[in-house]
Amino acid sequence: MDFALSADQTMMQASLAGVLARVSPLDRVRVFAAGSEPLARDAWGAMVDLGIPGLLIGEVHGGLGLTLLDAALVAETLGAHVAPAPFLASAVLAPIALSRAGSPAQQDAWLPRLASGEIVAAVAIHEAVAGARDGAGVCVEGGKLSGTTLFALDAIGADILIVADTAGGLNLVEAAAPGVERVSLTTIDRTRRVAEVRFDAVPAERLPGDALPALRDAAWVILAADMLGASSTIIEKAVAYAKERRQFGRVIGSFQAVKHLCAEMAAQLEPCRALVWYAAYADAAAPGEAPLMAAHAKALLSDVSRFVARTSTEVHGGMGFTDLLGLHFWFKRVGLSRQLFGGPEFARRAAARAQGLAAA
Amino acid sequence: MDLAYGPEHNNFRREVEDFLAEHKGRWPTRHSSRAEVLAWQRLLIAHGYAARTIPREYGGFGAAPDILKSRIIAEAFTAANAPGPLAGQGISMLAPTLLELGTEEQKRQWIAPTLAGEVVWCQGYSEPGAGSDLASLRTAATEDGDDFVINGQKIWTSTAAQADMIFALIRTEPDAPKHAGISYLIFSMKTPGIEVRPLVTMTGQAEFNEVFFTDVRVPKSQIVGARGEGWQVANATLKHERGMLGDPNAAEQRLAAIIDLMREETIGGERLIDNPLFLDRLMRLQGEVLAMKFNGLRLLTAALAKEPSGLASLIVKLRGCELNHQLAALAIDALGELGVLYDGSPHLRAHGIWQHRYMFDLGLIIGGGTAQVQKNIISERALGMPREPKPAPERVGA
Repeated sequence: MDFALSADQTMMQASLAGVLARVSPLDRVRVFAAGSEPLARDAWGAMVDLGIPGLLIGEVHGGLGLTLLDAALVAETLGAHVAPAPFLASAVLAPIALSRAGSPAQQDAWLPRLASGEIVAAVAIHEAVAGARDGAGVCVEGGKLSGTTLFALDAIGADILIVADTAGGLNLVEAAAPGVERVSLTTIDRTRRVAEVRFDAVPAERLPGDALPALRDAAWVILAADMLGASSTIIEKAVAYAKERRQFGRVIGSFQAVKHLCAEMAAQLEPCRALVWYAAYADAAAPGEAPLMAAHAKALLSDVSRFVARTSTEVHGGMGFTDLLGLHFWFKRVGLSRQLFGGPEFARRAAARAQGLAAA
Repeated sequence: MDLAYGPEHNNFRREVEDFLAEHKGRWPTRHSSRAEVLAWQRLLIAHGYAARTIPREYGGFGAAPDILKSRIIAEAFTAANAPGPLAGQGISMLAPTLLELGTEEQKRQWIAPTLAGEVVWCQGYSEPGAGSDLASLRTAATEDGDDFVINGQKIWTSTAAQADMIFALIRTEPDAPKHAGISYLIFSMKTPGIEVRPLVTMTGQAEFNEVFFTDVRVPKSQIVGARGEGWQVANATLKHERGMLGDPNAAEQRLAAIIDLMREETIGGERLIDNPLFLDRLMRLQGEVLAMKFNGLRLLTAALAKEPSGLASLIVKLRGCELNHQLAALAIDALGELGVLYDGSPHLRAHGIWQHRYMFDLGLIIGGGTAQVQKNIISERALGMPREPKPAPERVGA
């Protein structure tokens, strides 16, 4: 009976945090956010050196063969640093899609290149997970993809795309193939790139298996972990600011009105840490519970993170509202994670379905 | 991370389950006699399912502490819906305190009959003028030979009417600073000069009492710990109480009961669970219940490793009580007008427990350290924020 992180896991988080502090400080994040570089090559390169793209890829394909819990810990650290990295698509969802739905030949062809960081993958499964908007949807006819998909993660800088079609299948296409058009979608969160991708009779490789439910659950867990990390930093920043800022002859952190806001943030977030751990752990250790836990992790972290982000901004007073302080990068990071692949109400309906409390 | 228990503990769980199945005929119910209830308690102690780690010489089972086995016992009893060991402030608070700080004579005299349920205790801490600021209490003793003579009033004393004995905080050193002037005394509730008045709360029931002391004479030898050190003795006891309030197992059972209610109950032919608004609230609360449950696993792991659990444990009372309150609120809301029926009314659902809990739980949010006191503790101990500047020290006895 041991519900704690291992020494290896704690060390991995600490070394990634050290690397990010060096290669992706807030000033670097600002440059990425203000510009149009498709990928932060410096930060991603440092993560490649740590083996992170191959985290979930088996050792036989050059990866580390770790679990979704390890991936969640990486995501938590990325969220804490608002780091621009194509982690969710390229290091989590694409490897899961290929490992669970890909043929052996497809796995041999693509997994080693993903693990080594030679290529970056994007994943476009928004419609299949959260429902189609504005006429979006990708159809397959004679092995060719046509249509449009929205909210494709990290598609702008990707070399390959894994695309869900309207029949629930998964397809792999090369991003540079003729007939693929990628249009950046500007969201509030400039630390991650999402795009609309249009296909006009693009030849695609079909992945023979089914991985959509696993992809949805993994995406929810990773986004929840990203929100956990971002929210933890948000609280740390509020507490640090309240201990420093003086008004009425005292640091504002000595006023109970301010202390209680900070205590409420911490008290709401701390149990979420255990929920994220369990939801990630369940992927391998209790797969029957995984869909329920992933849905709850996504839903609860979305709500708690929104509360934490707005409350921390208030604790920072006028400074929290400025661009200068940069708190808004975390505020917007959780804002995108909350909505992506369905907001909390959507995830809670999935939680009800997962236990037969609502019709499928 | 590995949530498996291992063969020794899996065998232990089967032992507990077998015990419960074998003795099902002896499970006490609401209608059982006191003799039957005490017989069950004796049986539980004899098998190590109650008073497990208390030494045999003081009436316990005498097992080495094993947090996992204690947890397995609690889980097995809950899963079987079996009546657990006797609870109450004597067993949960006084017995551990005596074990830690009592004299040999006090331990031999009181622990065994307390564990057996033969001696019932009540706790005399809070006063009308000393709630969150407990150390400002004014119930005071003057010295007369070998005795203390006590005058004053306690409040929020549950089970005072049934109690044989009281453990109380009494100001024995009027000239000392407020925290240093208190002693922890134990004495009989039959001592002349004690009057118990039921305290009816908003629930309509008298879950608590007021206890008045008029020239109550108690031998000085009935102090636990040193004279004037009652504050430290009480703090050793309070940590046992904070762990009890906000127990995640209680929230899980409450959630399961609400799910059953919402599946069975209909309004205008629609099951409550099919109302998307109530289903969404239910799922939100289930997410929080699960988070608290897994937070409990973190605390268990920290306890097994003898490591401090910090923030994860400091939030349990605040969040756990709030969550229980919100669960009761959902049950009431989902029941609609039927949710306000009370006190044996026709059409009452679930014996009216949801209204009772909704009101009683508000008392738990306030009692045992209010939500605001909890937030001070969290912000100061876990987040390292400064204390509110204090006024000059007061002398309470002066």
